[in-house]
Amino acid sequence: MRLLLRALLIAFFAFVIAVPFVLSVYPATLATEALILGLFAMSIDILAGVAGRVPLGHGAIFGVGAYVVAYHVAVSGGNAWIGMLLGIATAATVAALFGALAVRTTGVYFLLLTLAEGMIVWGICYRWTSVTGAENGIRGVARPALISDPHIFYYFVLLTVMMAAFLIWRLVHSPFGQALRGISESSSRMRTLGYNVPLTLTIAFTLSGVFAGLAGILFVLLNNFVSPSNVSLDQSTQGLLMVILGGAGTLWGGFVGSAVIIVLSNLVSAYTERWSMILGLMFIVTMLFASEGLIGKAKALVGARSAGRKTA
Amino acid sequence: MDRRKFLGIAAGSAAALLVSLDPLKVLAQGGPIRIGFLTPLTGAAASSGRELVDGWNLYWRQAGTKIAGREVQVIVEDDGSTPDIALQKARRLVQQQNVHVLVGDVLANTGLAVAEFVKGTGTPYFMPVVAADDLTQRKRIPNVMRMPGFSASQMTRPLADWCLKQGYRKVATIGQDYTFGHEQSGGFVQTFTEGGGSVVGQLWHPFNTSDFSPYLGQIPGMKPDVVFAVETGADAARLLQQWATFGLKGHIPLTTSQNTTDQSIIRNLTPAETEGIISVAHFAEGRDDPETRSFVQSYEKTYGKLPAIFAAEGYTGGLWLADTLKKINGKVEDTKLLLSTVRSEVVLDSPLGKNLKMDDYGNPIFDIYIRRVTRRADGKMVNTVIATYPKVSQFWHYKPEEYMKQPPYSRTFQGIKQ
Amino acid sequence: MGTWLQVLNSLSFAALLFVVASGFTLIFGLLRVVNLAHGALYLVGGYIGMTVTVATHSFAAGALVAAVAIAVAGLLLDRGLLNFVKDQELKQVLLTLGVALVLNDLALVIWGGDSRTIPIPEFLQGAAHFGTIYYPKYRLGVLAAGILIFLLLWLLYNRTRLGATIRAGVDDAEMVQAIGIDIRKLFLLTFMLGSALAGLGGVLGGAFLTLYPGADSEILVYGLAVVIIGGRGSLEGAAIGSLILGFLATFGQIWFPELAYFVIFGPMALLLAFRPLGLFGRA
Repeated sequence: MRLLLRALLIAFFAFVIAVPFVLSVYPATLATEALILGLFAMSIDILAGVAGRVPLGHGAIFGVGAYVVAYHVAVSGGNAWIGMLLGIATAATVAALFGALAVRTTGVYFLLLTLAEGMIVWGICYRWTSVTGAENGIRGVARPALISDPHIFYYFVLLTVMMAAFLIWRLVHSPFGQALRGISESSSRMRTLGYNVPLTLTIAFTLSGVFAGLAGILFVLLNNFVSPSNVSLDQSTQGLLMVILGGAGTLWGGFVGSAVIIVLSNLVSAYTERWSMILGLMFIVTMLFASEGLIGKAKALVGARSAGRKTA
Repeated sequence: MDRRKFLGIAAGSAAALLVSLDPLKVLAQGGPIRIGFLTPLTGAAASSGRELVDGWNLYWRQAGTKIAGREVQVIVEDDGSTPDIALQKARRLVQQQNVHVLVGDVLANTGLAVAEFVKGTGTPYFMPVVAADDLTQRKRIPNVMRMPGFSASQMTRPLADWCLKQGYRKVATIGQDYTFGHEQSGGFVQTFTEGGGSVVGQLWHPFNTSDFSPYLGQIPGMKPDVVFAVETGADAARLLQQWATFGLKGHIPLTTSQNTTDQSIIRNLTPAETEGIISVAHFAEGRDDPETRSFVQSYEKTYGKLPAIFAAEGYTGGLWLADTLKKINGKVEDTKLLLSTVRSEVVLDSPLGKNLKMDDYGNPIFDIYIRRVTRRADGKMVNTVIATYPKVSQFWHYKPEEYMKQPPYSRTFQGIKQ
Repeated sequence: MGTWLQVLNSLSFAALLFVVASGFTLIFGLLRVVNLAHGALYLVGGYIGMTVTVATHSFAAGALVAAVAIAVAGLLLDRGLLNFVKDQELKQVLLTLGVALVLNDLALVIWGGDSRTIPIPEFLQGAAHFGTIYYPKYRLGVLAAGILIFLLLWLLYNRTRLGATIRAGVDDAEMVQAIGIDIRKLFLLTFMLGSALAGLGGVLGGAFLTLYPGADSEILVYGLAVVIIGGRGSLEGAAIGSLILGFLATFGQIWFPELAYFVIFGPMALLLAFRPLGLFGRA
């Protein structure tokens, strides 16, 4: 059994590396998108799964990274690599601002506050015509020549996302990450232990924003286009669903959730326009029966079958 | 460890599914003609998108789907009323379903996103509705054409001319604060002021304004001879309703853009709210013409309601494309031939009017009608024609090169002649 | 004079907001559920009311049927779904988000995407005029309805046993259960009442703001802001919050059209950060 699973895992990684050769253009684009949104979901998981604070405004941070690059490249005619650095810096700043305000609350109020913060950013992008192009968005965001080839771009994204994911993994398994888990369980206990809870959470929020912004940057480079949809509540909701579907707190669950959503939405919309309804049903079903996500559910199944065996 | 194993299984299945989306490599020449049809079936423009595809389908249902021995296959995709999804679907249609031609979209921002995409792929893209001016002016793309859409500012100039002829000299405008609203208003205002009129005020409101009272309250104070309104969708319904309930109807003349009094709006309002309102469009469902009448009749019979502009545009788009394909013997793969034939083709008779022809910039030249909302014999409200402006191009009386030197219309540039 | 018009606009819009937000705040206050499907219930209620009104030529019938139908929808939502994630606030919120998506799409399938209105009764059609000011009679009717509903709810909340129990439950649900009151039944009744108010709001609002895909998220956002500003579980809070938001929305649109979203979400965000209980909420 273990051998089979290990073989599957290896086959899967081989597949991921061979995507540009195994899949044709369109599915390869989907695979790239799945990687990018998986990173986005992972960034949300830092807060939702590890620190126990569920945000509903991360779409705005994701989109801000995208807009900054788009503006820098398509409107100002600047260098894309510098644009990317600017994008990350801006996303981090927005996240820091969001966080500083949001860490004063928990639970549902945290959710609503981040929702409101996200809506403010959306409102700005939607109305600031001279900079963001309003409802038209910004088009013609070309990739730098080095990564303009779709195959090369796929590997660029794969590398970037894997590095970022590794960094997040290290962060979560560091003392800082443990502090976050502690806060998730009981912030009052952490306070008595001497931790500056609001500061710790704000830093976590900012770091989460760095990765969300990075995902946004990769996204705009993939599509050569950004619009208010990318900072909208829908974007935040989609990211959150990916986290929950895969399993909040598992970090890698974000990639599972992302792959599932992207594949499903493509399959479903080939047959019906009711994708929105199906997405809603998925939300409901997940919340009722599988709120620990696919990975969590699978873990539970394994745990039940091999009772007494220590999980990693 | 367990975690990662199950990641493996779950992701492996996802990968398998991804591969399954890979299409079977298609089809030699001589196979079906594949048309990708994008339209909003969900989201803000859902009602227009539905009418667009219904009109398009009606044409093919009547005319049959075989051209030059090849089957015409239409793949309809929902563009979700957002440029994001429109881009995704366009990509899928071109890269995965290998369509020869893309048709459709309603909202300007979706059209712009798809146009940008086909700029790179060279796929012919025909827009029955999308009206963003620059797509056939300063930023035109050779493989993008309106069929039979119009350029936003093209439509409203005849109305300004008509208003001047009625003796109106002072206009107040109210419109949706986005590109389409700016362009339609700009076209009107520039012609109105060049003809000696003046603008006493311009009110802009955000898309999806539920409450027009803050704006309507300002109009009487401006003392206009006439008011010009540019609205679409829910905004149009609410403006007309609130225009009546605030007592302005009957006291100040109201003229509107084509969408404001569109059939899709007026059929859900009361006659008291809509009767007598003047508008301008390239289609009038109450027009007394055999081609229009037969289209309206068959649409009503098939779908149980009178056709909106989008339905007529969808139908005529199908007609124009089919005519062109027939002329080139179905050789849709020859993009150059297809595009040049579309440009030279004259559509003699359509529900819109007679003699539809493309100008040199990819935008059609229309007969444009001044319409009034009137009650039909069976009690339903329709737009009937009270005046016609023949062969109006997107450049009006201006020379194209001269016209394109002025900036595109925006909230700050409305072409007002001082 | 123009200002009086805008004042009336603010008040009538506030009245509608109150009807919707009062339902939301009752549910949030007592059940501690942020029902993100409240907007969808408003929209579906409006559509149902429209269908009934057109069929029966009676606005009152439409409003009644809508309220009852949505109360039943509330019952199904509470017993059929929320029941399974009892006491897990976050899960409940996300579940209602899913329900909102489903209801919104369902409404599109059933009633289509056209912008629809509800025929209003004869005596409310047209404009009333005071001197030179014309003002739609219907909006005055909405204002009156809002005030009436406030009074009825206030009486219910403050002068009846049921109301007292609800208020006690908002303060401390455990204690209420400890003294032997069937808290589940109370929750259900409140949920149904709150939902009915959403449905009624849909009919009242549909007649002058129209019904269309997207109206649900718009009214939800306003409702959220009112409840956050006013404080959960507080009727006075809902009333004051509605007034504040009604004026902000109306005058904000005239004076700062560019900042429309900021005017609503700014105060909401600040309150959430510094005074999550709002003006009248209690811990």
